[in-house]
This record gives sequence, C-alpha cells and structure tokens, in this order.
Amino acid sequence: MTGVGTIVRKELEDHFSSYRFVILFALITMVSLITTYMVGISLRDELGGIAKPKFIFLMLFTSTGPLFSLVQFVAFFGPLIGLVLGFDSINRERSNGTLSKLASQPIYRDAIVNGKFLAGVVTIIIMMSSILLVVSGLGLALIGVVPGIEEVWRIFIYLIISVFYISFWLGISILFSIVFRSIATSALATLALWIFFSFFISMGASVVANTFVPINQTSRENPEAVMKHAKIQRAVSLISPMQLYNDSTSIIIDPTRKTTRSLILMGPIEQFSLKRFSRPLNLLQSITVVIPHIITLIAITFICFAISYIVFMKQEIRSI
Amino acid sequence: MDQKPVIETHELTKSYLNHNVVDNLSFDVKEGEIFGFLGPNGSGKTTTLLMLIGLTEATKGWARVAGHDPTREATKVKRTVGYVPENIGFYSDMNAKENLQFLARLNNIPDSVSSKKIKEALEKVGLKDDADKLTGAYSRGMRQRLAIAEILIKEPKIVFLDEPTLGLDPDGTSRIIQHIQSLSREKNITVLLSSHDLKQVQKISDRIGIMINGKMIALGTLEQLAEEKLGVGDREISLDDVYMKYFQEV
Repeated sequence: MTGVGTIVRKELEDHFSSYRFVILFALITMVSLITTYMVGISLRDELGGIAKPKFIFLMLFTSTGPLFSLVQFVAFFGPLIGLVLGFDSINRERSNGTLSKLASQPIYRDAIVNGKFLAGVVTIIIMMSSILLVVSGLGLALIGVVPGIEEVWRIFIYLIISVFYISFWLGISILFSIVFRSIATSALATLALWIFFSFFISMGASVVANTFVPINQTSRENPEAVMKHAKIQRAVSLISPMQLYNDSTSIIIDPTRKTTRSLILMGPIEQFSLKRFSRPLNLLQSITVVIPHIITLIAITFICFAISYIVFMKQEIRSI
Repeated sequence: MDQKPVIETHELTKSYLNHNVVDNLSFDVKEGEIFGFLGPNGSGKTTTLLMLIGLTEATKGWARVAGHDPTREATKVKRTVGYVPENIGFYSDMNAKENLQFLARLNNIPDSVSSKKIKEALEKVGLKDDADKLTGAYSRGMRQRLAIAEILIKEPKIVFLDEPTLGLDPDGTSRIIQHIQSLSREKNITVLLSSHDLKQVQKISDRIGIMINGKMIALGTLEQLAEEKLGVGDREISLDDVYMKYFQEV
C-alpha cells in the first residue's frame, strides 16, 4: 500500500488544522455537553434519595431531557461530520491541479482514495471517542455512578456503530467529490441526500405503505391490514441509514428495549412501569436483536466506499 | 548520438470513441537528450506524455520508459520519471518546504535526507527567500521554479515537461529554460519538452518531433528537418519556418 501512510498523515494534518473541522467539532462537543448536563441534572434530581436503577449510566445517552437525547443528536448531526470531511476531498485536488501530480508519483493510484477515506475514518474515531469520553466524564461527575463493565462495553459498541454510520456518509461525500467536478455541486448533492434520508424517507415510507395497504376508518379495525401497513412502512424506512442506526443503537444502549419494532404506543409512565417488571437484555442478546441492522450498516459503508473506489480507478486521468 | 534509448514507443495508439488521438506513434529518445515535442493544441502531445508516465493506458502498441512498461509497471516508471503538467498544482495552504517535503515522502525519501535536498533545491531555483511563504501566494513563474525544485529532489532519470514556460514573462521563461538545460547537462537527465515556444525549443533541443493529428510527421535534428523541408541544413534556419512548413502541408 505504497503512499497510503503519507496521504493519511497529510490528510489528518489538513483535517485537524482546518477551521471547518474545528468549528464543527466545537459545535458538536458543546451541544453534547449541554445535552448531557441537562439530562444528568434531571436524572440526579429525579433519582435523589432512591436506590439507583441498573444501567442508569446509559440513561445519560438515551434520556431525551428537555431537548433530545445524545443518541438522537448523533443520529441526526453525525452525518454532517462525514459530509464535511469528504465533500471536496477529490474535486478540490482536481481543481488545484494536485491530483495529476499525486497520480504521477510512485504510489498506487488507489492510495489516493484509500488514504483520504482512512484519514476521514481516523478523524471520526478520534472525534467520537473524545466526545463520548468527555460526556461520560461529565455524566460521572453529575450522577455519581460508576458505569459497570457491561455499560462500558455497550458504549464501546455504540461507538463502533457510530463510526460506521458516519463513515457511510464520508463514503457518500467522497463518491460525490469524485463524480462531480464542482465542489459546490458535490456539497449540495451530499446535503440533499442527507435531508432526504433524514426527513423525507419517513414520509415516503408512509406514502408507499398507504399505496399498498390503505388505512382508513374501516381498515383501521382490521389488525392484519394495520400490521401489513406497518411492515411495509418499516421496510421502506430501513432504506435510510439513519433508521438502521437508530434501531441498532437504541437496542445496544438501552438494555430494557427488546425489539426494534413497536406497534403499540405507550406513554412514559406505562413504559416505565413495564420496564420495572421486565428483565433487561444482556449484551449478547441485545447484539443478537440488532445484528442484521449492524451488518447492513457495515455493508452499505463498504459498498459505498467500493463504488467510490471503482469510479475513481475507472476515471480517465486525462480529465484529472 | 550513440546513447541507448530511454524512451521507446512502437505503434502507440490511443483512441477515444473510435477516434485515434494518438495514432501509431513510433519514436525513441536517447539518454541525456533534450527532445522538443511540438504540435498544435489537440495534436496528442499530452496524451502521449500521460501514456508514457502510466497515467493512461494505450489502446494499441507499446512503450518502454527506462526499460519498464508504463501500463504494467506504472509505479516503477513513476519512480524514474518526473512530470511537470501544464497546470502544475501545489497545496496552497502549505509553504514551499512543506510541499516539497510531502512530495519527498511520497517518493520514500526519508525526512533526514529530504530536508537537506529541499534546502539545496530551493536555493538552486532561487526560492530560498520564499521558502516559508504559502504557495498560494506564489506567482506563476515561482510555481514553475518550484516544480523544477521538485524534480531536483526526486532526481529522476527522465523528465516530462508539458508547457513549462506557458504564461511566463521573458525573464521567467529564460530562467526555466536555463534550469532545464542544467538538468540535462549536470545530471544527465533526459528531457521530453512539450511546448509551443518554438524559439526556446530550438535553443535547447537536441532533437525535435512534430506531432499533428496524433501522428509524428517529423522527427530529427533541426538541421535534418530543415534539410528535408526547406532544402537547407543550416542552423540559421528558425524552427518557426520549419514547423510552419510542416504544419501548412498537413
């Protein structure tokens, strides 16, 4: 893999010294800390004077507090990290005239795209690890409960899933930076895809489900139709990496959740009462529940990078 | 010229959509030679250079660069070749030293060795005082000189220069030409110089090749070409006259 190390090193230097990375990192860290602080304070007040329930530490990540939970925040905002790291990775080199120079050095051509992707992944790992460590440290100080081994493992697996999730978006942005010559076009295309998967896929899923199994006043009383409608809606939503990520992380980080599918709407009091009388899943069981989601997430990340790789390798150097 | 050829091509062809951009090109360049590669825009010069460096594959025919096949042994070829493209690019947020160090690392030159080489190269091309300046603030002439510094660091056997004097003022052009000459004379580097600046090409080239519509229509020393087209083998004949004669005939 001649040259990959040199390119990774340069890219890392570029990422960590760029204003956009520093601003994004500061913003994400700040929001994470505020979210954790609010959740931590509320947990401390609510659980003051009573025996602390099991897995309370993980509630720092899953409790919504007044705004949103940390897990929800990463699911929504995480893709932006990947997009910002990659949307101009190849086309900027092309417009600066440095791509043909890089390609004429004694390195394999794939070292360029591999190096850029690897540097992005390393940056994501460093970013997410440091955010999770800072959040954990703050949570520790606020609620005064040391996480157990299983909780640490769950946070670690959550980190791995998050890295793959954000890397998927990195792969998408690198692909667009290869395909589109203009930096503005690739930025817009990546943003459009992010908005589509974040906001419109759920609407689209509902429309598709209604097309195949319309739910109206009469069919609403037919459980089979409702189930079929929900199944179709769910199947369509799973096209979105955000849905895959939400499903997998919610099970991993919340041991009391036993399924990614829930048809019954319950209020918080009902949920809490139900959870009190049910045993939480152990780590292995939680992983088993979401293993298809995790594998799919890893697979689409690799597929996305593989497409970028092939497109880059097939591109005529003349156009570089 | 009894040196061995370091660049050889045989019926080298590159087609795009059934159109031959480079058409059965056969020529060779000897070791230490400065070969002037001429032709109008779109004649296939850059495509030929890209094939020789291994950046694009030939549709037909073969090439040998320093004894290696550019298609199958691209990395070996790139190790022995320096390439200065028409629009040479540098990382504008890095200074000259950092740009050169990055290039040295890509060429597996240890930092301990490259730091000395970088200093010497920048001094040689007259950029010593601008070494810490960001290359984004460099003029075109300074960028071209920095490209020559890259070659000095890499120390290749062969250098491909694609329009190295394009857009330079007379002083800048003259300095670049001097550097090219010294690369050939002092380091015995073979130079394949693609340019529209016929006066400069005439000044430094040992042999000249004229390419039009993908075909090499003339190949030889200026005297040989002048003899062939104008009937005089005289150094006083300008390359402009010879070139225009060939061009008008095609």
